[in-house]
Amino acid sequence: MSDSNQHDESVDVDGDEIPAILTLPLDGWHRERGARMVEFAGYMMPVQYEGIMAEHLWTRESAGLFDVSHMGQLVVSVEGEDQSAVEATLEALLPADLSILKIGRIRYSLLLDENGGILDDLMVTRWKNGFFVVVNGATKWDDIAHLRENLPDDITLTHRDEHGLLALQGPKAAAALASLGLKPALADIVPVEELSFMQAGPYEWNGIELGVSRSGYSGEDGYEISVPYEGIVEFATALAAHDDVKPIGLGARDSLRLEAGLPLYGHDLSPETDPVSANLTFALSKRRREQGGFMGSDHVLKVLAEGPATLRIGLKLEGRQAAREGAEVYAGDVKVGTVCSGGFAPSLGHPIAMAYVDAAHTAQGTALSIDVRGKKLPATVVPMPFQPTRYYRKGAAK
Amino acid sequence: MTRYFTKEHEWIQVDGDTATVGITDFAQESLGDITFVELPDAGRAVTAGEAVAVVESVKAASDVYAPVAGTIVEGNAALDAEPELVNTAAETDGWLFKLTLTDAAALGTLLDEAAYKAYIAEL
Repeated sequence: MSDSNQHDESVDVDGDEIPAILTLPLDGWHRERGARMVEFAGYMMPVQYEGIMAEHLWTRESAGLFDVSHMGQLVVSVEGEDQSAVEATLEALLPADLSILKIGRIRYSLLLDENGGILDDLMVTRWKNGFFVVVNGATKWDDIAHLRENLPDDITLTHRDEHGLLALQGPKAAAALASLGLKPALADIVPVEELSFMQAGPYEWNGIELGVSRSGYSGEDGYEISVPYEGIVEFATALAAHDDVKPIGLGARDSLRLEAGLPLYGHDLSPETDPVSANLTFALSKRRREQGGFMGSDHVLKVLAEGPATLRIGLKLEGRQAAREGAEVYAGDVKVGTVCSGGFAPSLGHPIAMAYVDAAHTAQGTALSIDVRGKKLPATVVPMPFQPTRYYRKGAAK
Repeated sequence: MTRYFTKEHEWIQVDGDTATVGITDFAQESLGDITFVELPDAGRAVTAGEAVAVVESVKAASDVYAPVAGTIVEGNAALDAEPELVNTAAETDGWLFKLTLTDAAALGTLLDEAAYKAYIAEL
């Protein structure tokens, strides 16, 4: 038998390959807890502990602790209170309306190239003194180079490369994090359990400064927490000591995000795709659609007006055999698309896939088939997320 | 009855001129939760090293090869409903397929249990 995992290669800002595979501060911590470590985005990362299925289901029922320290944490800022120059500079690169983004609020956005192709997807948070941007691990060096090239000299780009990132995800995440007694670092910051989905703030725990965001990539309620390297073992240990919290590997992170309909850069998103075809039209803010003025906007707004030729959609398969990345999608005998992500969905009990399909065949309920090793597996177009999301919105019925 | 192993982590149990093939406990452990197994049809002639079955886990699909040449007698029908047998009983009830041997002499090129154990200890 053979395994066909692919490895991403990291490239530094000068285009040179980074020679060694790097380890992160929790490397030994994961190994002590029985993690199987694999190379991912240039780092040794935990892919699983007890097994992807059990870890996936635990996260949906309780709380999973993920180490995503390979991701890039960037701060874009200028000196002083007035960050409007940074806002304008970032708006030239992203289709988000940052003018209406309040302090402590987060937006999902996209770095676009001049043709409207997707260079990366990211989360941007307005801080009091700048914008905090979290980007993918495999693309962070290219993103840094792209930002440096496009930022004026008076705007500072800081790579917070001595901070790790932990995600605590699941219906019991809020209670588990609250039990640690994090203190808001500023007077107007609410306790962590009162943060709304896509809201963030600075906190302090045992002398460690934490940046806490109510966000994540599992479809569940939860947090992403930026932790300085020197405190990350202590903090992760305290979280994992909670009865409802278990460390979870990147294998389950992938199956969780797939069920939640969330795209993974390098698989579902690439410079070959634009935000409209990628079914991420929500990331094009209203004002930016009307005014344009972001990199690639001519092409993106044209696709928006005319409709995309192909669209990223969700497919539900019958039986248990999965269709994976690269499998071809058919309407009858005609090839109409290609799977970008797919696998068995542990919470649903059947395989699911995301695929780019000719727009004419993307209506919900359309019966298609996917060629897997010469066999045509029946598949139906279904809405995403596949699994209902459970984000926490203040005042909203749960 | 004699059991042989391959460096690709298959086991083959020989009984006269027929043999039963599965993946080793080491293999199922490294693959993780098995969600689906694709089995070969009866009557198919296979050569040594030919990919004849596919074991799917949550994260990946992996080929299983015929350790030696032969003709498929049957696939393990129990795996259609219970693919997880490959996890819980990889070297017994979780067998994948049976075949009649066309080249019994080729068994001599495979590993015995001690050699396989020594091999995986080095991995």
